[in-house]
Parts: sequence; structure tokens; C-alpha cells
Amino acid sequence: MRRFVGDWPLLAIALVLSLYGLAVVYSAGQTDVRTVATFAWRAQTVWILLSIVMCFVASRASVRMLDWLTLPMYALTVILLMATLAGFGCGAGTAASTKSWLCVGSHRVGQPSELAKVTVVLMLARVLSAKKDPPKTLAELWKPALVVGAPWLMIMLQPDLGTGLAFIGIFFGMLFWAGVSWPLLLLIASPVVSLIGAVNVWVWGAWFVILIALVYRYRPYLGEGIVLVVANFVMGVLAPILWDRLQPYQQKRLLTYLDPSADARGSGYHVIQSIVAIGSGGWFGKGYTLGTQKRLAFLPAQHTDFIFSVVGEELGFVGVTLALSLFLLLLLRTIRIAARANDSFSSLIAIGLAASWFVHMLINVGMTLSLMPITGIPLPFFSYGGSFMLASWLAVGILMRVASEGRGGRAEGFAI
Amino acid sequence: MSFHPNDVARRARTASFVTAGVIGFLVAAFFRTQVLEQARYALQSEENRLREVPLPAPRGIIYDRNGLIIAENVPGYSVSILSPSADSLRASLRRLAGTISLGNDQIEVAVRRYHRAPNRPTVVLADAKFDVISVLEEHRVEFPGLIIQAAPKRFYPDSSAVASIVGYTGEVTEDELKKPAYQGYKSGQQVGKGGLERFYEPQLRGREGTRFVEVDARGRVVREAGARQDIEPLGADALQTNIDLKLQEFVANIFGDSLQGGVVALDPMTGGVLALYSAPSFNPNRFVGGIPAEYWHELNTDTRHPLYNKAIQGTYPPGSTWKLATAVVGLEAGQVSMKQHMPTPCTGGYQYFNRYFKCWDHRGHGNLDLQGAIEKSCDVYFYQLGLTMGLEKLIAGGVALKFRERTDIDLPSETRPVFPDAIRYYDERYGPRRWSRAVTLNLSIGQGENDQTVVNMARFYTALATDGNAAQPMIVKGNPKRQRLFTLTADQMEGLRTAMAGVVAEGGTAAASRINGVILAGKTGSAQNAQDPTRDHAWFVGFAPADKPKIVVAVMLEFGLHGSRAARIASAIIAQYLHQQTATLIETEGE
Repeated sequence: MRRFVGDWPLLAIALVLSLYGLAVVYSAGQTDVRTVATFAWRAQTVWILLSIVMCFVASRASVRMLDWLTLPMYALTVILLMATLAGFGCGAGTAASTKSWLCVGSHRVGQPSELAKVTVVLMLARVLSAKKDPPKTLAELWKPALVVGAPWLMIMLQPDLGTGLAFIGIFFGMLFWAGVSWPLLLLIASPVVSLIGAVNVWVWGAWFVILIALVYRYRPYLGEGIVLVVANFVMGVLAPILWDRLQPYQQKRLLTYLDPSADARGSGYHVIQSIVAIGSGGWFGKGYTLGTQKRLAFLPAQHTDFIFSVVGEELGFVGVTLALSLFLLLLLRTIRIAARANDSFSSLIAIGLAASWFVHMLINVGMTLSLMPITGIPLPFFSYGGSFMLASWLAVGILMRVASEGRGGRAEGFAI
Repeated sequence: MSFHPNDVARRARTASFVTAGVIGFLVAAFFRTQVLEQARYALQSEENRLREVPLPAPRGIIYDRNGLIIAENVPGYSVSILSPSADSLRASLRRLAGTISLGNDQIEVAVRRYHRAPNRPTVVLADAKFDVISVLEEHRVEFPGLIIQAAPKRFYPDSSAVASIVGYTGEVTEDELKKPAYQGYKSGQQVGKGGLERFYEPQLRGREGTRFVEVDARGRVVREAGARQDIEPLGADALQTNIDLKLQEFVANIFGDSLQGGVVALDPMTGGVLALYSAPSFNPNRFVGGIPAEYWHELNTDTRHPLYNKAIQGTYPPGSTWKLATAVVGLEAGQVSMKQHMPTPCTGGYQYFNRYFKCWDHRGHGNLDLQGAIEKSCDVYFYQLGLTMGLEKLIAGGVALKFRERTDIDLPSETRPVFPDAIRYYDERYGPRRWSRAVTLNLSIGQGENDQTVVNMARFYTALATDGNAAQPMIVKGNPKRQRLFTLTADQMEGLRTAMAGVVAEGGTAAASRINGVILAGKTGSAQNAQDPTRDHAWFVGFAPADKPKIVVAVMLEFGLHGSRAARIASAIIAQYLHQQTATLIETEGE
């Protein structure tokens, strides 16, 4: 067996992020009135330790083994997701009416969607790496689309908008890495634009005109062109129906994103309090554990979705920049691993995991400042929660393995 | 996928740039929010967590001229509640209603208060009894936003005796808050509602302090102190008045429960109000912290109108007390002298064209000079004096003597007296040629289009008591303001005073009101009562000692029938003030 030489900087960054996150989870629990977050740091410590073990185990598995495991794991994921929809799903917290948790009896086992974030990346990497040339037409994309689309649809039915968005990020990130051309990516994205644009008939109409122009310009096959236009049309029509399927709190969150102050006491409350918390932090923050907005419970879900607001309030712009810099390092390191990977499969895995982290970070951090809609999506390594912590460290483990097998990974390789 | 190293390297660059760009954008967004806009959000965050609990300032103490207390502050308690929303407030109050008695109307009032100032504690009970406070303290943990605090409470030791002067305090109303005069006031604050409390509100109010309490997102009070430096309330300076509290109490005692009317006692030189009373009075202490509905109803349905200040708001025909005005106008114009007789002696009445004007004494007074006419209050003499001068002169004289003007006493809602400004007044009121010159006769004896306040009559008599200068009645000590009303020679002044002394001497209309050792001067009057013609209002306005007056007293006794009854009250007041005994003991009058 070859000597294992993982990407130690990546491990270090992930460790620093987790410890930083743990410190903030602890602070999030320091409130005047005891909340569910008060002792979250204890559980989070256990989860981090478990996650590191998981990381170690994952790093032991060779890429070949991963390749071999991909299909069964993907199948398991799909089965678990179906189970959540088939009556074994339950919700938690503000999302109590959704079914993102797998439950046996009244006991919550875990969130299959977190597992899906890893297995879908593996499966997609496998499918995309199977062919030598990247997909050049829409027709060639049916397989990757199915791989992502099936779990995505089930997650959207739970419904879990945030994770759904993460999947879209993973999908596009990996297609880009596989060498799919920009115009094709844009055409694939068009139904999603239609979906969002359908909120307003005129916006949707304008988009439709642009789409026709694009189809004319890039001249896909006739069948594809028709499928594309029909898909956009269906999405436009479907959007209101999907909208009605959303839970009222989700509808409010999306509307609030457009104008938080429109309902300052109601659904805009969370994001306004978050902005106030962050803004009042200033350069250096109010001091660790001393944030008043957090302490007096003005911040919603301060140990999970809005944990970054606590960073902003207590540690200020300096603390925020530090955290974002760590994320930047993590992502750049992961891209580097992808670029140096030995084969296209492992390279795609790396970039898929990077895309997943990137989307999570962007949406989660963006929503604390109302730059993104509020869609209960956690911040990797920071937010309290076992499934996601395990999934993130599982990803670190896989990346360690990929790095070990890639260029510069082996003993004879380059200096990092 | 195409996995040529060059392609991969190119994509890795693109991916790295996109990642760095997006994170750079996020950092920039945080920079804007945290560094550039920090001040704004820091303020908002403070507003979020801090609630201002007003600390009411003690109102200024009101003293009488000898340092006795007219109005003071005693410890009281107010109960208010902090709520994040109106619904939450309503729910809390419903629960509170299970612990203390709290009506639905009180709950609605509190909810309305909340809407006006959601970030201030909503006052639930402005003046809570101690037993209520102890019950609430016991259940405090169940009501997280509850704020119980000591609030100085207004107290008037002499209660109804001083109500006509001080007025009362109460919570500022919604209508008042809309007025510019109440700018800077906040809902729930106590303000002066009448009398000195209202007139001197800016001086008496003090400066409200603020206590900062820290609340959490649900409006629960987390920390009661130390969240930020409290601003201590600043009590107002005391108000020094000219009132003689002992005299005021004495006046209130004379009137008791049965008599009704108004009294004003002035220092003739300074205009300082020694006593001012309106009977029946009310208990101003019951207004403090919200008047009980039944007491309010009782006061408003009382036909004797306790809330109506008969000393400054009520206007009555001055009757014979106004004869001095007729005399002054005549003397000043040189159309009569103290010793002058009128052409027709009094035989109990006077024939004016086709009408016969009666004298109050049907037996007649015979042939009198001005002095005698004043002493006996002979109507016939004054009919003729009025006719001699003519209506124009009489009206112009009355106007010059300020019978059309308020005294500008330092009390709110003084009524402006009614008096014609010129002949035109009659034309406008009755139509040209629809009235006759006979109004002259009525006017010259203080009847007709002439309604005066008690305080205005008192002011006129300060001029008679001194040198023709009237002093502006002032309750609060300050620089006396005197204004010339008329100019008479010393002899004429002396003559008038002698005549007025004769009123309260053997043979005068108020002979029974003599005071041993002091010469009392004054004039009785009976005013026709529009409500009940058989029961005239009784007047007496006078001063003492006649040679060197120290006090002017105007008494108006509603339904008092004859001025001599008012005179007895006035003489008792003067005797009390001068520490003398009246010649005849006065018994508390009334049916």
C-alpha cells in the first residue's frame, strides 16, 4: 500500500473552521434566558470528534473503492429520501411542517439530504467521467440531469429550498468542470430562470424572448430547441403551482428577501435583526459572548442558520473577514486538489464538494445581510448540527484521499 | 470529460477567480454594513434592547404666603407594562385582570395608550393602592414586562378648600397631546388640569427622568438597572403664592355645604389674592391618578355646578355694587358731587316717560345726596344720575373702568365680563329703534346688559380702596401690576369711602356686618337672577379698614336674596383677616 500523504493544509483549515465554529456555537448559547442553544456546544463538540473520525475513515478509502461504492450509496440515498416522503419524514424547529428529517417513531435519525450532498457528487462525477468528451448537446445531458434531478425533486418536495439550491450549485459547478460550454450551461439554466421569472408575467415574457434569441443563435438540434422552449413554458406555468406548494413561512421568507422592511415586525423581522446585529458589531465587535442582539434573543436560529450574525455582532468586521478568508482558503485549496487530481472522476468529486461548500457559504452568509433569500441552509463547519458536520468532514476525508492520490500527493511530488 | 492539464488549469483559474470574487463581494458587503453604517445599526441595536421607563418628576410644591403647603407630593405607585405587541399586551392584561381588578374598559384604554407609544411602558394604573402593589409584587414573575414604580402623587392637604385655586392634575389626554402647547409631553404623564396646576404647568412640571431597562426580543425585562446611566428626574421649584391658607380655610368653612357662590379677597395695593373660593367645591385629591367614574358623574350632574368656578367663571349682574361705578363716572366727569341732590326725591320709585321704575325700598328714601344714596343704595337717585350723564357717558365710563375686560388673574378660563362697548351694542342686540333710553336707568344701578365676575368686581374695589389704581389680581407672588382706572380728588375718594363705610354702619344696608374697632367700607347688591326671579343673587364688595384698606373682599352668594347676607360673610372674612371680632356673631347660613 502506498504511503498516505493527504493535503494537510486542507485538514488544518477545516479544523480551524470547526473550532472557530464551535466557539461561536458556544457563544450563541450564552443568552439571558436559557434556550435550546445553551448546551448545543457540548453536542457540537461530540459531533466534531465523530466527524474527524469519519474523516479519517473516509480518507482510508481509495478512490477506486469510492467508485465502487458510489452506486450503492446513491441508491441508498434515493431510498432514504423516498422514505422521508413516504411517511418517515418529520420536521424540526421553524420548519416543523416539513419532512427533511428521517424519523423512526418520534426519534429523529438524521437528514438524508445531507448524505445526498455527498452521494450525488459521487454519482455525478461517475457519470460525467465515464465519457471522454464533455456533453455538447442537451440530449447528452439527460443522464447527469437525472442523477441530480431525481434527489433534487424529492428534496424540493420535502420541501427544503436551501438544499435544493445547493444541488443546483453542485450540478452547474461540475458541468462547468467537465468542460460543458458556457452557452449550453445558460440554456440548461433557462428553465430555472423561467421558474423565478414567472413571479411576474412581464419578466417571464422578456426572458422568453431572450431564450428564443439564444436558441436561434446557438442552433441546438430541433428536438432540443423544442424541449427547451417547452420546458421554459412549463416552468413558467408551473411556478405558481409550486409557489402554492410552499409552506407559508417559506413564501414569506422569499417575499421578505425582496424587501425586508416591508413587514419589519413580521416575516422581515429575522433578517432585519440579523443586519442590525451585524451592523452594530463595527470593526471589532461587541466582544466574544457579549452580543446584545444575540444575548437578548433578537437573533433567530442563532446557533444554526444565523450563526454568522453572531460572528458579525461579537467579533466585528475583523472576525467576519477572518471567517470568510478561511472559507476562501478552503475553497481555493479544494480547487487546487481538483486541478491536481489524478483522474477525472476524483477531480470532479473534489470540485463537486467545493461547489457544495461554496453555495452553502454564499447563501448562508448572504442571507444574514439579506443579499440572499432566507432558506434554512447551514454554514459548513459553523452551524450547529450533526448530519451536516459529518457530511462536511466526510467531504474533507474524501478530498484528503483525492489529494493523496493526485499530483503532488505522493511522496515524490511537488512542494505544496 | 476533457481532462487535458491545460483545460483543467484554465478552469481552476476561472473557478478560483469566481470564488475569490464572490467572497470579496461578501467582504465588501460586510464592510459597508459593519464599518460604514455601524453608527446607524449600533443605535438600532440599542433601541432594540433598551426601554425607557419614565421617572415622573415631583411637581413643584405650592405654598401660601406664610409657607403653609397648598399642594405637595406624596409617595404613590404606578403600574405599567412593557409589551412587544398590542396582542401580547392585551393577553398580559387579561391575565393581570385575574390577579387584580381590571375592567375591560381599562384594558382597552391601555391598549390605546400602547399604540401611541409602543416603546414606552404602557401605564395600566396611574395611581395604584398599596394593597394592589403588594399583590402584584407577589405575582411579579408571572408578568415579565411589569414595571411597578414609585411615582410622586399630588396631594392637597386642604382638599376641597383649595380646589378653586389649585385645580387638579390628571393624565394628559389624547386631545391635549395634539395641541402645540403640549409638545414634548408623552402619553401617560400627569399634567395640571385646572387652576394653578394648569396655569403654571410649565413651572410646576419639573423634568421627567428616565430609567433604562433592558428587554429581550419578547419584551421581557432582563435587567432593571445598570443597562445605561439613568437620567434622574428633576423636581420643579416651589410656587410661592399670596394666598392666606388660614383665611382660605375660613372662607371654605363659612360656605360649608349649603351655601353656594364665589369669594375673592385681594390685597388692595398689590392685587395679591388672599383667598379665592367657589362653593360648592370638589375634592381635587380624587382626580389624581384618574377620577372614579361615579365621582365624575356626581360632580357633573350636581345642579350647583361644583366644577364651575363661580369666582372667575360665573358672571352675574353686579346690581347695586355697581352704583359705585356710576358714582365714579359722575364724579370724574364733574356731573355730580358727594353733597349733590337729585331733582326728584325718592318716593319708592321713578316715573320715566310711560314706565315706572321702582326703588328697592318701596317706602322711599326721601331727598338724599350722593353719600346718602350710596349708604341706602337708593335706586331713584342713581336713575337720575345716570340720566344726567346720558347713556354714552355711562357706557364709556364703564368701559374705562374695565368692566369689559378680564382681570387677567393667573388662573385659566376666566370669563370675560359682559358690558356694552357703545350704543351700537344695543342696536346690534335688539335692532335699531327696538330699544329705548330706559336701558340707561337699568345700567346705572348695575342691571341690564352688565354681567360681572366676582374677581372683576374685587379688582374695581381695589381702585376705590386705594387711589384709583386697580391692582391686577395675582395668586402667585410677583411684581404687582397696577393700572389707573379713574382719577378723583382726595376729597372725592374720601367721600366715597365715607359713604361706603356708612353702608356698614347704623342705618346702612349692611349695618349688621359691623366689625368692632374696624371701619368696614363696602356696598351691598342684589342681582336679578335669570334662573329664578324670586331668588336674587346677593353681592357684597368692600374693604377694611376704610381709612387704610388692607383687604378687599367680593362675595357673591347665589340665591342669597339680599346683599346684607353677603355682607355678613364678607365682614366675617375681613374680621378673620384683621383678627377682629364681628359685632354680631355670624351663624352659618343656609336652609
